[in-house]
Parts: sequence; C-alpha cells; structure tokens
Amino acid sequence: MILVELIYVVSAVFFALSLRWMGEVKTSRRGNFVGAAGMILAVAATVMAVGTQHYQLVVISVVIGGIAGALMALKMPMTAVPQRTAISHAFGALAAALVGTAEFFQNTPNIDKFTIIILLAEVILGYLTFTGSVIAFAKLQEILSGRPIIYPGRRIISTIVFGGAIGLAIYLFFNQGNTLLFVIMSVLALIFGIILVIAIGGADMPTVIAILNSFAGLSAAGLGFVLDNKLLIVAGALDGSSGLILAILMCKAMNRSFANVLFGGFGSVAKSTGDTDSAQKNIKSMEVEEAAPILAYAHSIIVVPGYGMAVAQAQHAVSDLMDALTEKGIKVDFAIHPVAGRMPGHMNVLLAEADVPYEKLKEMDHINHEFKHTDVVIVVGANDIVNPAATENKGSPIYGMPILKAYEAKTVIVIKRSAGGVGFAGIRNELFEYPNTTMVYGDAKEVINKLVQQIKEM
Amino acid sequence: MMEMASSVIIINLLVFLLASLLGLELIRHVSRLLHTPLMSLTNAISSVAVVAGLIVMAHAESLLIVLLAAIAIACATTNAIGGFMITERILKMFKREEKK
Repeated sequence: MILVELIYVVSAVFFALSLRWMGEVKTSRRGNFVGAAGMILAVAATVMAVGTQHYQLVVISVVIGGIAGALMALKMPMTAVPQRTAISHAFGALAAALVGTAEFFQNTPNIDKFTIIILLAEVILGYLTFTGSVIAFAKLQEILSGRPIIYPGRRIISTIVFGGAIGLAIYLFFNQGNTLLFVIMSVLALIFGIILVIAIGGADMPTVIAILNSFAGLSAAGLGFVLDNKLLIVAGALDGSSGLILAILMCKAMNRSFANVLFGGFGSVAKSTGDTDSAQKNIKSMEVEEAAPILAYAHSIIVVPGYGMAVAQAQHAVSDLMDALTEKGIKVDFAIHPVAGRMPGHMNVLLAEADVPYEKLKEMDHINHEFKHTDVVIVVGANDIVNPAATENKGSPIYGMPILKAYEAKTVIVIKRSAGGVGFAGIRNELFEYPNTTMVYGDAKEVINKLVQQIKEM
Repeated sequence: MMEMASSVIIINLLVFLLASLLGLELIRHVSRLLHTPLMSLTNAISSVAVVAGLIVMAHAESLLIVLLAAIAIACATTNAIGGFMITERILKMFKREEKK
C-alpha cells in the first residue's frame, strides 16, 4: 500500500528531526514530541496495512507493555536512570531477536541467501545484547556485584561459546532447514551475552551501556532488512550510530579501546603493574567545621561530582551548597567528566533534577583551564577522574586517561566515605596525597548538609 | 519470501548507510548535557520494531510464531511508551539560571 509507505517516510523524517532537535536543551522537548508523533504514525499505518488478525493478543501485549513502560517512567528515581537504560536495551534487543526468530520458523527453509545472513547475524546480536543488558542491569541495580567477575579460562570459554554460535550460523546458512541447530545457536548467543558483560566492572558501564545501545539499534536495523521494512532500517541505523558515537566518546574519555573495555578489564591491568594495594601516604583530613570557612571565604569554587554522589543521593545537598555559596557572592561551577557516573550524561541529569541550572554544568574541555584560577575544588564521590597519576605516572593502569585538573586549584577538598577505600580497580589516587588536598570523611549527603548549615550561619 | 530481488537489497543497504551517516552527523552535534535523554530517545525510536511484531503477527501461521510476536510487541511497547515518557521527564528538569 503506497499510503502506508508514504506514512513510513514521514515517520522516518520525524525521527531524524527528533534527533536534530535533541541537539540542544532549548529544542529538546520538541524533539521528543516529534519522535513520539513519528512512532504513533508508524504504528497507525501498520495497523491499517496488516489488519486486525489476532487483535485480542495484540491489544493484550500492547496494554501489558504500555503499563510496564509507563510505570517504569513515572515511578523510577532519577538515580536509577542507568538501570532503566540498560533494561530498555534488553527489551529492544529481545524484541528484534524474537521477531527474527519468528521469521525464521515461519519461512525456513525458503529464506533467500542474503536475508538468511542478516537474519542469523541479527538474531545472534539481539540475543547476546538481551542477556548482556540484563546483566548490566543487575550490576547497576546491585543485584550482582559491580566488580568484574573473573574466573580462569574465561577467554577460552567465551571463544568456544561465541565461535560455536558463529559456526552454527555458517552451517545454517547452507542448511537452513535444521531448526534444532537454530535453537542451539540462539542459546549460545544468550550465554555469550552473560559471559561478556559479567566480566566487566561497574566503572566501565558508561561504555558498556553505549555499546549495548549500538548493538540493540543494529539488531533492529537488521530486522528491517529481513522484513524489507525501510522505516525499521532507518530507526535502527539512527539508534545504532548514536550508541556508536557515545561509545567512542566514552572510550576516548578513558583512553581505552572497545576491545579493551569488552575483553580486557581494568582489574587485570592493575594487577600486572603491582600498584594495586600500595597504601596511600601522607593524607591529611579535617572536620566539617574546618572545611566550612575555607569554602565561605573563597571567591571561586568548582564542584567535581562522581558516582559516589549518586550512591549517597547527595545531589540535592550539593545543590543547596551551591545556593548557600552563591548567596555569599561566590562563583560556583560544576566540572563534569564524560565518564563520571554509570552512563553518559548521568551527572547532568542528577544535578538538573536537583535544580542546578544547566549553564553551570561545564564539560571537561571547557573547564579544565579554569582550575588553576580557582580557590577551592570540592570533589564529591569522584576518584579516578581526578587522579593525576593518569597524566604523570606511566606505570598507572589509567595512564593516558584525560582527567579534570582539580589538583591545579589552590585548595582541594575531597569528600569521601572512608579513609581506606581506593577507587575502582584499586588504583592509588595521588591527588589525595597532594599538599593542597585535604580529605573530609563521611557520607557525602551528611557532610554537605552540615557544610550548608555552617556556611549559612557565617 | 523466496528470492528477494537484488535491487531491493541494494536499496535497503543504501538506506541503512545513509541513515547511519545522518545519525552520526546529528548525534555529533548533541550537547553532552543531553546524552542521557538522547539515549532514552533513540531507544524509544528504535522500538518502532513494534511495527515488525505487528507485521509478523498478521502473517503468523502457527501458535509459536504468534507467541513470539506477542512477546516482541510487549517488549517494544514497553520501550516506546517508557522511552518517550522518561525522556520528557528528564528534559523537563533542565532549567536555565533564574535571575534573582
């Protein structure tokens, strides 16, 4: 039906416009609206085209999915955005894989050679993205430990599992009638997703989420090829390229390659340098009462938030601190490292939720030259992203990673839960030993609330 | 679905490559501030896979295929509804500085 195809074209244009308008805050809500409009058009056109066969089941599925999606969107706390994103990649990839599977069972053994290649690839990618995303979700939700789970023979096992899936796919390309092998291939892909992500640590989640995003998009695009549906190809390609760009940005921000994130693991690198458990030396600490006047008499302050701020739910306290300091005429800015938190943009969302105006949230490249003119830097729950070892110590596992130059400020105050802990992967943080650095130990939220109270009284 | 014409394959490849290039270009210009809502938006957009579920469901010849399509439709709808709603919720929080 030509009308349906035309509506699909309009939808595709809407999707592209949607991303265009997502580019800046001013137009972003319009972008979201246009995206949703494109979706409604596409679904309406499809229903028009295919009619109402099995409509009861369609309605039930849509109602269940709709309610689940709406509940998640409305009830979820903002700190859980990374988990929600991970699980949404799981759903997206599973949908693509299941439709691919259904197509296979429907048409085998009469699927043409080109389509079967895409179908097999799409199904493998979809299933491994599904389980990989579920594991990422479990780690972020702390159902599973955030630490990388490493065991002997990991590489051999994962090579066998993935190689097995690919081998079966090649066999199925020549003998597509064997449905049992298709099922085994799918199961191997599901297992491979688990093996892949379970070995990756929490701090690598920004990259992993972006890669899974890209995979989910690619499997949707693959499904578009299988069904000869151009709208799905366009939407999948847009999603896939978005994930790819975010993944590249995250990798650059950690000075690592895709392969290193997926198969390397920070932990193994750290072990080989022998720098893991060396204790921190010459660390000074002070009480909140001593920190408050340092802040109150500063002219300029930069706050560096990290994942610890999210864990302590301290974003509202941080926002109150900004208000109290601004009231005293002090300039307060926020320095946002690209991989701070557990997904791209995580810190921005949390601080926006706490009413920090977005102009104050500065990207690393824009704020790094300002540290040397800044009186006080407050590090809240961040660690590796301010570790000068990344620029100075060639033996450090994070050497080469771009960092926020917090150490250049006149005074650095680090708010940290306890004295003992080192950052992810147990890398010693040289910033904590600098003469201009002083630690304040305690729960970030409590410490900052106390600071706010005392600053207001001054 | 017997032999798919090679011209169809080429056109689809072209569509895929052009859409990917367009996507790379558009995403490159998205402010880092918005990377989280960007992810929820693109995720919602790619849940147009619900369309694929509907198409397969309509031609389904066995119970297995009907069930697979139904689960796929439920998953994709979760993402569509959840994705656009959460994006709106996040974007509403981004505020400019108020002049006091």
